[in-house]
Amino acid sequence: MRRIRVWLLKIFGIVPSQQQEQDFSDELASHLQLHIDDNLRSGMPPEKARREALLKLGGVERTRQAHREGRTIPFLETLLQDIRYALRQLRRNPGFTVTAILMLALGIGASIAIFAFVDAALLKPLPYADPTRLADVAERGVAFPRSNISYQDFVDWKRLNKVFSSLDAYTGSGYLLATPSGVEPVPAARVSDGFFRTLGIRPLLGRDFYSGEDQPNAPATTIVTYGTWQRRFGGRKDVIGQTITLSGAPTTIIGVLPEGFHFAPRGNAEFWSTVHELSSCEKRRSCHNLFAIGRLKDGVTFDTAQSDMAGIAKQLEIQYPGSNRDQGAHIEPLPELIVGQIRPILLVLLTGACLLLIIACVNVASLLLVRSESRRREFAVRGALGASPTRLVRQFITEGLVLVAAGALTGLAAGTIAMRLLLSLVSKDMLDSMPYLGHLTLNTHVLGFTAAIALLAAAIFSLTPVLRLPTAALREALNEGDRGSAGTLWRRLGANLVILELTIAVVLLVGAGLIGKSFYRLLHVGLAFEPSNLATLFVSLPRNTNNVSPPSNTYNKDEAMLPVVHKILDRASSLPGVSSAAIVSVLPVSGNGNTDWIRVVGHPFHGEHNEVNEREVSSGYFKTIQARLMRGRFLTEQDDSTRPRVTVINKAFADKYFPGEDPIGKKYGNGDLASDSIKEIVGIVDNIRESSLDEEIWPAEYTPVNQSTDYYFALLVRTEGDEKSILPALAAAVHQIDPGIGTNDEQTMTQRINSSQTAYLHRSAAWLVGGFAALALLLGVVGLYGVIAYSVSQRTREIGVRMALGAARGSVYQLILKEAGRLTLAGIGAGIVCSVISASLIKKLLFGTRSWDLPTLVAVAVLLGSAALLASFIPARRAASINPVEALRAE
Amino acid sequence: MGDKTDVWQGTLALMVLKTLESMGPLHGYGIARRIEQTSGDLLSLNYGTLYPALLRLEQEGAIASEWGQSENNRRAKFYSLTRAGRRLLNQEARSWEQTTAILARFLAPSEES
Repeated sequence: MRRIRVWLLKIFGIVPSQQQEQDFSDELASHLQLHIDDNLRSGMPPEKARREALLKLGGVERTRQAHREGRTIPFLETLLQDIRYALRQLRRNPGFTVTAILMLALGIGASIAIFAFVDAALLKPLPYADPTRLADVAERGVAFPRSNISYQDFVDWKRLNKVFSSLDAYTGSGYLLATPSGVEPVPAARVSDGFFRTLGIRPLLGRDFYSGEDQPNAPATTIVTYGTWQRRFGGRKDVIGQTITLSGAPTTIIGVLPEGFHFAPRGNAEFWSTVHELSSCEKRRSCHNLFAIGRLKDGVTFDTAQSDMAGIAKQLEIQYPGSNRDQGAHIEPLPELIVGQIRPILLVLLTGACLLLIIACVNVASLLLVRSESRRREFAVRGALGASPTRLVRQFITEGLVLVAAGALTGLAAGTIAMRLLLSLVSKDMLDSMPYLGHLTLNTHVLGFTAAIALLAAAIFSLTPVLRLPTAALREALNEGDRGSAGTLWRRLGANLVILELTIAVVLLVGAGLIGKSFYRLLHVGLAFEPSNLATLFVSLPRNTNNVSPPSNTYNKDEAMLPVVHKILDRASSLPGVSSAAIVSVLPVSGNGNTDWIRVVGHPFHGEHNEVNEREVSSGYFKTIQARLMRGRFLTEQDDSTRPRVTVINKAFADKYFPGEDPIGKKYGNGDLASDSIKEIVGIVDNIRESSLDEEIWPAEYTPVNQSTDYYFALLVRTEGDEKSILPALAAAVHQIDPGIGTNDEQTMTQRINSSQTAYLHRSAAWLVGGFAALALLLGVVGLYGVIAYSVSQRTREIGVRMALGAARGSVYQLILKEAGRLTLAGIGAGIVCSVISASLIKKLLFGTRSWDLPTLVAVAVLLGSAALLASFIPARRAASINPVEALRAE
Repeated sequence: MGDKTDVWQGTLALMVLKTLESMGPLHGYGIARRIEQTSGDLLSLNYGTLYPALLRLEQEGAIASEWGQSENNRRAKFYSLTRAGRRLLNQEARSWEQTTAILARFLAPSEES
């Protein structure tokens, strides 16, 4: 307690106080006066009385100094002095100061922004209890390493497994929510009863699902997310127990999820209900529509779980050969599923940002070195006046620290802004699939990271000039003529630093080039349809299962659905500016999936799963998207339920299942060739890209919507003019037919392709790495310029002598450019080697581009070479224009 | 003054406290004279060294200071013991007694061996 008081007083004592100083002077004066009085009284002569008093005190100035040191902390006081001096120095050189701080802020800011993303996605644990023990549980199909699990299999897995303390299923869903302004389709999820208990999530309000609440006779209940509770229900507590209408069914709200909850695989779900009402798919073992999560029992590893589940799958395969042939199990850590895809991108970006930071540090360090050269005399003078070497070193370190502190603070501000900016560039759909990014803030991790890189930078900056501090050579430094040899060491060190910078710039440029090229390839991948002038939206027809207060018409059977589908098509195609309209069950470029297992009539068959993409289309679909017919005919309006089932297949289908045969007129059906599944092939269409941009093309079948339709489909129209402007009219046209029909996600086809996850990830990686590379190029070239310019200024006299002895201007140019060229070539050479090595590390991000893409390497070398040439041309010109007479006189 | 003992910092603080306790408020010069007198002029005190000690005690809150008039009408800064200072004095005096007692035992001629 007493100690603390003393230290506090001392720390406040750092602020120099004139009053305290004066007070003590008065006290000393009074002390001496009292002593002199005493001495006089004892009979001393005045002169002696005074001398004796001073002698006994032990020196006025010494006492004063001791008292001053007692009032404050001497170390801190000199530190403050150093800081004041450093600030004065930096203020005197605003150009240097601003450049250094900006460069540091750039490097630090970029690193902080990217690190915040890395932290949110990869470092921060998922908001579940003990998330590392959670497993993603799925089936393994022949074509999909991770495929949906069927409800019947899930029930068996749950019953038979010995590795999970709990296992729960989930699936995406959607409801038509009755709101005052009409029905609105809302994303939702259906889960088994223990889903939230497995995650370890407790509702913020209300209760979790009871066990058994997912059974068929259970009443309809739902839990809402925090965001939905705030947005749709105003955050009112009485929402618990309230009944709402979801797709016509009255449903009771029983709980609200906590604010921090997110579940990336169903990131956009607003309502969470149970699977208490099984869909027709969930009643069949061969129909797969769920995924599951499991919590590992204590001591069970993921490998053990994988082999246990594979054993159960094998057992089911024997028991149900028809539906479960080749259906294995797929177990991986849940965090892997959630952040596995974004990890390589983030790591590449973080590396890029850190490389940029290194360049920035190197540049600032070399600027400091240049300054330490020009301040040799200043330090020599201070040394000669009695400053100790440690004091001089401390002065330098202080200057480095002040720079870093300013850079780090500016960088922190810049990083925060950049973070917000990057986040605002992420689209809503992307955020739904990466909900963990929603909690991006300046947290302790990010601040700790900032402190760490600031410390590192401070260490670099303090050490570089110290290495060069001319403490040993004070006398020589005072000597005027010494300048010639002064810069050698710095020139060598600086030159190496520039090579390092150029190497890093090459690596970043090559990385950006490769990723950019992949992105270009990705966007120019063959689509086999015309995406421009296509407007699209999703339509969901209301169904009603309970027949309780239907909001409007409901469409439960094909017979009820088909007329309204045709009405929608008619209305859409008669809109002004629309040349044709069509519907499809799944839009192109959505990704492989929604598959059918086929068996060709007359071909040998051993129960294998021949998986093909299945798409239900209206007769005008191929014409609307402008797909090319290879053989046979397209589907027509006449292919309806009164006629035998027909199908159009894609080229990949024909190549895979009919090699060397003409598929037209051939028939196929499902695995057991049930008579109602048999379809006749009437045409072959080009390989329309159903898969996402970077996936391979799968066989696909297109069946007429007239023969089998669904309540949820996409509507596309081809427009003559701008397709974007027709989107509102399109949704309105659908609602005119029946306001109870839900529409959502109006977008043009081009928008859809550009914002698809694949394109999105590649694009953001390309832009960010490209940005880093551009900055690295700029900084690297500035660094080169600095070194060459410094070298020219150091060699002014040498060049003057050369010219006086008859060297032509051309040879001076050559002299300087050769020096720059040597550095540039070394940088480019080392950079190419490093980038070929590092490019193999980013293979995951490349698409249709080899990691040692020659054109990219050549382009980068040429770009950097010419930029470097330009940067060294300026000082070379200055060297060539040196007037020898002046250069020699100046010394 | 060759046979006079120099005063070291820790004990100086204790002497200052004790002096202030017995004499009441006193200025720096008076404290210094009093310490020399009490020691029977055995201690040699560089008066200057007293002031950092006074500053330290004041920072610790053991003493308080105030400007006032000396007996022969000179302006002087008077120091006085605070309540915390009294506590500190008792504490330090006890620990000093203990230390000297222990040392005395070491230095006393050994009786049994």
